[in-house]
Order: sequence, then C-alpha cells, then structure tokens
Amino acid sequence: MNELLLLVTIANERVALPAAAVESVVELEALTPVPRAAPHVAGLSALRSRVLTVIDCMRSLELGTTDCSDGIREAAVVELDGHHYALIVDLVEDVVESLSEPAPVRASMGAGWERVSHGMVETEQGPLLLVDVAALVAGVTEAKAA
Amino acid sequence: MDDLIADFVAECREMLEALGGEIVAWEAQPDDRARLDNIFRFVHTVKGNCGFFEFPRLEALSHAAEDALADCRAGRRVPDGALVSAVLAVIDRIGEMVAAIEAGEDMPSGDDNHLIDALAPGAEGAVAPVVTAAGDAASKASVAPRTIRLSVELLDRVMSTVSDMVLARNELARRLRESEGDVHVDGAFERLSSIIAEMRDAITRTRMQRIENLFVGLPRMVRDLSAELGKQVLVDVEGGDVELDREMIEMIRDPLTHIIRNAVDHGIEKPAERLASGKREIGVLAVSARQSGNQILIDIHDDGRGIDGKKLVEKAIANGVIAKDDAAQLSRREQLALIFEAGLSTAKEVTAISGRGVGMDVVRSNVERIGGIVEVDSKPGEGTRMTLRVPLTLTIIPALTVSIAGQHFAIPRSAIEEIVRANGESVTLEHLGGAGVATIRGRRVPEVSLARILGLDTNVEEKDRTLIVLRPAGGDVYALSVDRIHDHEELVVKPAAPAVMATGLYAGTTLADDGSPILLFDPAGIAEVGGVRLEMQERTARIAEGPSAELTKATPVLLFRALDGGRRALRLAVVDRIEEVPSSAVKETAGQLRVQVGDAILPLAGAVKADIGEGKIRVFRLSDGVHEIGYAFAEVVDFATIEHDVIHAERPGEISGVSLINNEPAELVDAHWLFSNHVGAAVRRTEQLVCLVPVWDPWMQNMLRPLVEAAGYRVVDDPQDEAADVVIASLGEELPEDASGKTIWLRSEPESAGKKDQSIYRYDRAALLMALKTAGSGRGK
Repeated sequence: MNELLLLVTIANERVALPAAAVESVVELEALTPVPRAAPHVAGLSALRSRVLTVIDCMRSLELGTTDCSDGIREAAVVELDGHHYALIVDLVEDVVESLSEPAPVRASMGAGWERVSHGMVETEQGPLLLVDVAALVAGVTEAKAA
Repeated sequence: MDDLIADFVAECREMLEALGGEIVAWEAQPDDRARLDNIFRFVHTVKGNCGFFEFPRLEALSHAAEDALADCRAGRRVPDGALVSAVLAVIDRIGEMVAAIEAGEDMPSGDDNHLIDALAPGAEGAVAPVVTAAGDAASKASVAPRTIRLSVELLDRVMSTVSDMVLARNELARRLRESEGDVHVDGAFERLSSIIAEMRDAITRTRMQRIENLFVGLPRMVRDLSAELGKQVLVDVEGGDVELDREMIEMIRDPLTHIIRNAVDHGIEKPAERLASGKREIGVLAVSARQSGNQILIDIHDDGRGIDGKKLVEKAIANGVIAKDDAAQLSRREQLALIFEAGLSTAKEVTAISGRGVGMDVVRSNVERIGGIVEVDSKPGEGTRMTLRVPLTLTIIPALTVSIAGQHFAIPRSAIEEIVRANGESVTLEHLGGAGVATIRGRRVPEVSLARILGLDTNVEEKDRTLIVLRPAGGDVYALSVDRIHDHEELVVKPAAPAVMATGLYAGTTLADDGSPILLFDPAGIAEVGGVRLEMQERTARIAEGPSAELTKATPVLLFRALDGGRRALRLAVVDRIEEVPSSAVKETAGQLRVQVGDAILPLAGAVKADIGEGKIRVFRLSDGVHEIGYAFAEVVDFATIEHDVIHAERPGEISGVSLINNEPAELVDAHWLFSNHVGAAVRRTEQLVCLVPVWDPWMQNMLRPLVEAAGYRVVDDPQDEAADVVIASLGEELPEDASGKTIWLRSEPESAGKKDQSIYRYDRAALLMALKTAGSGRGK
C-alpha cells in the first residue's frame, strides 16, 4: 500500500498524518477562543468563509500547551463528519510515501500518543507513528468518557 | 382553481412522458403486468382528477380505458393487439386534451365514442382518426415543462454556496470600507450586494416545501388511532400550502405527531361521553398552518375535554415539581404550562399511544431546539389548542452581537426581550449570596454574568455593563450581563464542531463582517450553565411584576399652585429641580421673559411680567435633556399621581388637560408645548414630528425610543404608516427607498469611520439629541 503521508512535527516528535485526510496546510492567524470548551480546543479560526475548529495537538496529547502567543501557527486542515478542524502542529515537513501497512508499536509510548496511534509505518525516512486524526480531534476528554 | 388545473396538467404531462416508453414496451408485450399496472394507474389518476375538474370528455375516455384495463388486471380479459391500440389511441387523445387545457384552448373537436367503442372486447381497430391529430399534438407538447425535479442534495449545496457568498460579500464590504473608496467600485459593490441578497431569498425559497407533506399523513394516522381507541374523530386540515424550510418540516414532524396523538388519546372523549356532555358524537381535530412574519404558526385544536389545570397542579405537587405555596399562586396559563414539565401526565391510565409521562416535555425541548415555541390554551370541557411557532428557516438567524472581555458573541434576536443598562433608571442589580438579581421596573430577574460563565476577566465595571433580558423559547426570563452590545446582524449560522457544542453554551458558529468567527449563544444553554432555576423564577418574576404594573399606570406628578393661583400639575420627570431666585433675575429680553439662574439664562414660563412682584420667586427648572426652561410658581402643593382619566384640552396650549388629583381638579401643564414655545422660534411647531424607528431592532425600541420621544417626536414603527420626518437607522442598514425625511445614522463604534462619516455614535446622547433637534427644526420652518 502506497498511501501518502504528511510528515509533521508535534511536540518535537515527527509523526505522519494520512495525507488523504488532510485538505490543506494553512497558517493560522487570529484565534477566537471558545470559552468553556474542552482544553484541547484552542479556538476558532476562519478559512475562506469557513469556520475551523482549531485543535491544539499538544493538549490533545496531554503534552503541554502550544504557545500561540507569537501569532502565526502552521496547521493541517482536516474534515471530520462535516466539520473542519485545524490541527496545530509545530512544523509541516514533507509528504512521503508509506512503504508498509501500519504495524502495532510494541514499545510503550506515552498515554497520549498511545491513544492516537494508528500504528507504525515504514517510510523512506524511517519508521513513523501514524496518527489517527479522529482521535486527535476527540482529545482526551471524550476518550476518558468513552 | 387555476393553480389546481396547472398542477393537474403538469402531473399528467409528467406521467405521459414517463409512459411514453411503457406504452411501446407494452405494445411489444401485452401481457407484461408491470406495464399494464403503470398505464392503469395513469388512466385512473386522470379519471379521478377529471371528476374534480369537470372535464366530462376526459373522464369518459379515461373511465372507459380504466374499465378495460381493470378487466385485464383482474384476469377477465387477455390484452391483445387491438386493445393495446385502442388504449394507446385513448392515451393520445388524453394527451391532446391536456395540451389544449394547458394552452387554454377549446377541447380538440371530434367524437370520442369510436375510441371508447374500440376498447370493447372484440372491437376492430378504429384508431385512424388519431393519426391526423398527432402532428398537432406533438407541436403543442414541445412547450417546455413548467417544473423540473432537483435532488435535495444539489439544493443544499447551492444553499451553502450562497451562504458562503454572503460571507465573502461581508468580507469584501469590510475591505472596501478600510480602503479609500472609489465611488464606482462602491456602486458596483452595492449592486452586487443587492443581487446576492435577492439570490439568497430565492434560494431560501427553493428549499421551501409545502407543509402539506407533513399534513398529508395525518388523516390516516388519526383514523387508525381513533379506531383503536373506539373514538370518532374528524380531521380538518387547513393551510397545507404554507411553505416551510425542508429541514424544518422534518424537525417538527415528531412534535406534531405527538401532540396529535395526545389530542386524540386524552383530549377527545368517547362518543357516549361526548353525547352525555351535549357534544356531537364525532370529535373535531383541526390542524392549521399559517405564516406570520418570519414564523410559521401551526395550530392543533381539538374540541375534547380540555386540560384540567387543577389536576395538573395536584400532580405537579405530588411529583415535587412545584411547591404547594407556589402552586396556589399560579395563573391558569401557568397551570397549563405545567403540562410541559417532565414526568407529568394527567391521563388516569397509561395507554400505548401516549401518556407515559414522557412526551410534552420532549415536544417542547424539540421545538425549542429549532428556535420555536409551544403554547397551550385549554378550556375544560371545550377543548385544547396547542400552537407551535417555528421560524421559517434554520440557516439565517437575526442576531445581536455583544462583547465580553473584548471577544464578540452573538445572541439570537428571537430570544431577546429587552436591553437595559445595569445602571439605568428603574434597574437595580443586587447580589444575594453571590448570585445576581436584577430588578427591572419592579420585576425580579436572575442575572447571569457572562464574564463569570465564560471564565473571562473583564475590566468593565458591573454597573457599566448592559443587561440583556432573555427569554429562551419557552418563557423563562433572565438577564445576561455583557460588556457592550454592538450590532444587529443577519448571521449565516453553521453548526459548530461537537467539541464546541459539548459546552452546551453555543448554538453554532458564524463569521462576522471582518471575517472572524463568532460563536452564537444558545440562550437556554446559558441559563442552564448559569444555574438559573427556570420554572421557579418565572413565577417569582411574575409576582414581583404584579404591583409594579399597577404603579407604572399612574404617572407621578408634582402638584403646585401657579402664580395666577391655578392648581396645576407637572409630570415629575420633566422637573429637574426647584430654584429660588430674586425677582430682579427675571427680565424681558429678546421678546421673551427670561430668568437668570446661576450662570444660565432660561426662558421663563408660567408667568407674565405683571405677575412678578418684589422679593423672591420660585422657579421649576424643566429639562428635556437638551434645553432648560424655567417655570415660575407660587408654591408646591404635593407629590401625587394621575389616577383618573385626563380630560384633554380642546386646543393645544400650556394646559394639556384636566384631571382629578387628590380629589380636586388640577390642570396638567403640557411640558412639550412649553418647550416648543419657549426654546427659540426654530422649534415652534404646530404638530408633533414623526420619527421612524425600526420596529425589529430591540436596541432602538428599548433604548433609543424613549429618548426620541422625550425629544418631542412621535415614534412610528412602520414606514407605511405615515411619512416620517426623521428616520433613525443603524449604519450599514438598508433603508426603504422612500425614506423621505432626514435620516440619522447610528454607528456602534465611538470613533467615526472617516471625515465623510456623518453617523453618530449610538451612545452619544448629546449629539443624538442635537441631530433630532436640527432635523426637527429643519422641517418646522
């Protein structure tokens, strides 16, 4: 299977998002906060007259908070159940081809990573963790409730 | 009738087109049952409709064909080539006739009997005459069809594109405002704007569906239900042609079904019971729909036994829904409203159809979710009326934008009852055990601090905030305190992501003019999160309201004795204070008696030169917010209220009328007349000026209107009513063409947009009054 993967950095960790799920990569400017929403919801942003729900991946992974104070952040836009989300990442690097099916990671990862893991895929750039976008968007609260 | 005929023609045409292929296939295979059924259905439909419209020839033809085909279907006859030809000839003739009806022409001439005869078993082909007409019919058939079918999905896509277009337009508008405007560009943009608005209207209408679709299943449902329950119910459906957003129809299907089930099950009595109480055996259930503004009203009325309010209350007490003391104070309406409480059902026994105690509360919450309201009215023994009020469409919501701690939010306008300043007159804000309670004109309303709910820090003092009195669909009032209110906008609302909806505070998201996302609040959700005890507080609100409503009817006045000895009264509100000045301060200057009070020289009323003796005189300082005048008097008698009818003076003048005050007649001084006669000649006028204030704008109505009225204007809501001298409008709003008078534009930002901007900041009271005054004087001359 030669699925295309988007290579991004979250919390200093290089991971892969399924490129098919990613609509575009944008630079977020202003964020409108959503008071009382789950902590991993960083806010709302607008992209071409669409409202994006911005997800702070660091928070979703319980690895701290992305610092949004310095303004522009890179984010990958995904669509889930008709809603558009922007996933804040540290850096969008490249698009690579997967060379294998996702295989279970047999080492112990952090709880956050464990939750969003789809398994490990081989690429030309070495093994990468394939991230489940839906789990990333759901964040920690829903996962606990489930 | 013409509409119905057009529908009939369209339906026939559609079926004829569809039949084209069937007929050919049937001809090849006369024993094909499926084809036979289709053709039978066609002639059957035509026959049915003809009877209704009085097309006897069409009816005779289709009837004959139906009979012949029915025989085939029943197996009494085997279709053969001759029959097929005969039926085809009939169908062709029907096609011709339909075309003629459509074109509004006379029926094609000719005798149909040979066609009908040809249908008889054993008849030999007599189809020849048809051929001659065929060419003629074909040319008529080429008229383009009046309707096409579209998939709902496509319409939804168009709708969402148009919504996006509106947002893109808004953004463009913002960018145009920011850049130095080119008149031509502005003009082109205006045109584009209006086209988009028109298009949005049209698209919204394409998504509309007749409510008939919802009603069509009702008679059957009621029939089945009543049969099951041993009752007799006649359904009367009206207003099926009212149109409603397709989505909306789906949303009200369940609530409506539930209400009707309830009506048949609990409302309408068994025949014997009805006869015993002197009613007709057959119960009547009337369902009607009508449009009222941008709302659809659906009435469900039964003539059954009605709702027993007392029983409801007993049950509510037993279930602990309300306290006994409170129960005693409920009005009839409030008793009935208990039906919407969870866990209440007055039915003695639980039936399979309704009465499980879940129901009306679910109905209400479902209707409220779509921004609607359910109302109930009932007379014991005479029946119950339930009214559903739902908005026309879900996607575009008129809303008020507010801000808290610098962040903007939107509140659906439908829920807003009024807007008051926290430090305004007749508004007090108190804290009881940390909870805010606002008293607005004697009405106790729980206050919810938006800053606290959202966990935002605001540097706006509590007393400087604005209270928005909200009545979430359903009828429980609370006041939401926000930092500022901004604007009224029509927002294209889209559902928010689940993670956002999970807060329970928001109803959706939208984009502001400047392209930034705005969250739309769900007023009921805020009440819930804010911990407002809804049902309970509504009742206390009402109790506090009772006496104060009495008070507002009585106008407080200041009773005094004038210099000429007359017993007069002035409305307390216009009296600023009382001053005592030496008589030497009164001079006749510039053709008018004036009095010097401190540094100010005020026109003096209530006296002529001769009245002013030696020593000191006492003067009321009257103020209308801009101007002050003095009114000389001898002594203050009392504070009093006007409780009796006012007998109005025949001619306008200083005295507007006479009324009994403290059981003695007193003349009422017309402050308006005083001002108009003493504050310069410019404002002298014989009739009150008319000011148009948009009726749909609560800010204008609640906050601005009193000011405008105080400035001496009569406020009208509808431009149609009469020509307005002054029109007040929010900046950016579209005005009717015939805004003949002068328009005062209000903007919500303190800073003006530029030199060209003639608008006035909406809280700049002085500038507003000045504008009103100049607008008025311009005409007064």
